[in-house]
Amino acid sequence: MEDTPLIELRAISKFFGKVIALKDVSLTVRKGEVMCLLGDNGAGKSTLIKCLSGVHQPSKGDIYVDGEKTVFESPRDPLDRGIATVYQDLGLVPLMSITRNFFMGREPTRYPWPFRIFDEERANQIATEKMLEIGIDIRDPGQAVGTLSGGERQTVAIAKAIYFGAKVLILDEPTSALGVHQASVVLKIIVNAAEAGLGVILITHNVHHAYPVGNRFTVLNRGTSLGTYEKAELPREKLLSMMAGGEELEQLEIELKEMNKKN
Amino acid sequence: MNKQKTVSGFKGASSDERVRKVSRLRTLLNRPELGALGGAILVFAFFGIIAGDSGMFSVLGIVNFMEVSSLLGIVAIAAAMLMISGEFDLSIGSMIAFAGVCIAIPITYFGWPLWFTIIVTFEIAILVGLFNGLLTVKTGLPSFIVTLAMLFILRGATVALTRGISGRTQIPGLKKFAAEDPLTFIFFNDMFEGLFTWFGSIGWLSLRPNGLPVIPGLPVCVIWFAVLLFFATWILLKTKFGNWIFASGGDANGARNAGVPVTFVKIILFCGTACAATAYATIQVIDAGSADTARGLLKEFEAIIASVVGGCLLHGGYGSAIGAGLGAIIFGTVSMGIYYTGVDSDWFKVFLGLMVLVAVLFNNFIRKRVTESR
Repeated sequence: MEDTPLIELRAISKFFGKVIALKDVSLTVRKGEVMCLLGDNGAGKSTLIKCLSGVHQPSKGDIYVDGEKTVFESPRDPLDRGIATVYQDLGLVPLMSITRNFFMGREPTRYPWPFRIFDEERANQIATEKMLEIGIDIRDPGQAVGTLSGGERQTVAIAKAIYFGAKVLILDEPTSALGVHQASVVLKIIVNAAEAGLGVILITHNVHHAYPVGNRFTVLNRGTSLGTYEKAELPREKLLSMMAGGEELEQLEIELKEMNKKN
Repeated sequence: MNKQKTVSGFKGASSDERVRKVSRLRTLLNRPELGALGGAILVFAFFGIIAGDSGMFSVLGIVNFMEVSSLLGIVAIAAAMLMISGEFDLSIGSMIAFAGVCIAIPITYFGWPLWFTIIVTFEIAILVGLFNGLLTVKTGLPSFIVTLAMLFILRGATVALTRGISGRTQIPGLKKFAAEDPLTFIFFNDMFEGLFTWFGSIGWLSLRPNGLPVIPGLPVCVIWFAVLLFFATWILLKTKFGNWIFASGGDANGARNAGVPVTFVKIILFCGTACAATAYATIQVIDAGSADTARGLLKEFEAIIASVVGGCLLHGGYGSAIGAGLGAIIFGTVSMGIYYTGVDSDWFKVFLGLMVLVAVLFNNFIRKRVTESR
């Protein structure tokens, strides 16, 4: 993993008027690794993703893609460079079929105009194949996305991003709305994607979800980075306590113990 | 890397014990036009029993209610496609009146040929659609409000222009222009005349004193309706553009992020409703030989009713052209059929209202079935 990072952020800052949303945050993602971005609500995770996906432009600092300094002016730019963001709402239409969602905006067609039609047969086949490749065997590509479980929906969005040429996958809280089982399925898929050679940025506030799958961890707290750690040098407990609220919880525990003693 | 690795949780999901085999019937139950199909069968059965021997289902009766249904169907299909993309057009009725006088005034007062005014009017319709569409999409205002404004603007302009130029609210005497115009046959024509003459000869149609059947042929608007129905269904289900229509209505933001040109899609469909209204107006003007500023009243709501009865959801993303067509047929059948039953036709609107309520309740149920996990 000594090659050039797929994406490198160098000392990114973002200000909204007087508010400092991010200050000097650096981050790298390499091929085949899962980079976890952890932080509590309001730590600046969303702002950082928005800088990465071209929604915001950083106020200070530079973004390097494949070692080359890049400015993202619109959400289109990162997509063209193979950086796909899967937002929490996934951008899927519940009333439309898996296939139609999968190919939304990029439908394969057949026959020359004016008889050109959406090649649903081929689309169904590709969607089923690609879902299977990252580890989900879908029952029927024609079924409405609304009938899928949360984990399966997440998988559709991820498979779609990979199929359309993503090299870097930015996942915004993919497990936050999921139950234990569904979350583990999605985490497994994230590992599969990294094994297939993608760089994954996993954004979450859940240490228990991040720790098993992450290779490296960056913790954000109140807009600043608490540092980036390799998994080997970071026991789970340390990561937990680094998260904003970790100390507060310890403090709470102590206070509760004291209260119990008094009673 | 092992590409075929499957996550245990979903492995062989087709044989998952939580998944039932879904029969063809159940799949059919999830189609949007199912309710309208049931409704249409019910309506036909009802009138078959109540008014079966009153001549409603004679060739003459069928042609009568199909003509009414087809005219409404032309605008209903366009309205349904727009509704699937998540927008309304309340200016359809006013557009019908406006297009009518746009065709009639230049013929009577400027001496333009009919074919030319028809082409110009269609261009005006595209401009109206562009205006509605651009304003709705660019401002983010609800199309309900934008086109409500357009409803008043067009209706007002229709009356003001017509009275300003002619001093009246009606422009009669267009029959003689229509009779010799090369475009008339597209909008007003009788098809299958041989078949209808044969119907007359075997007594299915009564004959005029001159030996010709009372209706010489199938009105061409029925053909228009059928062609449009086929074309719209093809677009919706078989083309890329159709997928964009559903996506725009289902989640405009998600669709935009996925690269769907939502603005373009919606503007085209706004132009579609305006053009459908113009086609409606053209047929009516040539048929009646006149234009009238009061034409098309409430047609926007009738079109929406037909679409909703046909399974379109009000917030978009779901619906079908076939459903809207069936909705229009129900509408036309009931509006004509009520005269055959002897029921006071004043009750027609009460029935309509009830029908809309039932349809919306049914659609709600269907949507829940489709979106909620099985």
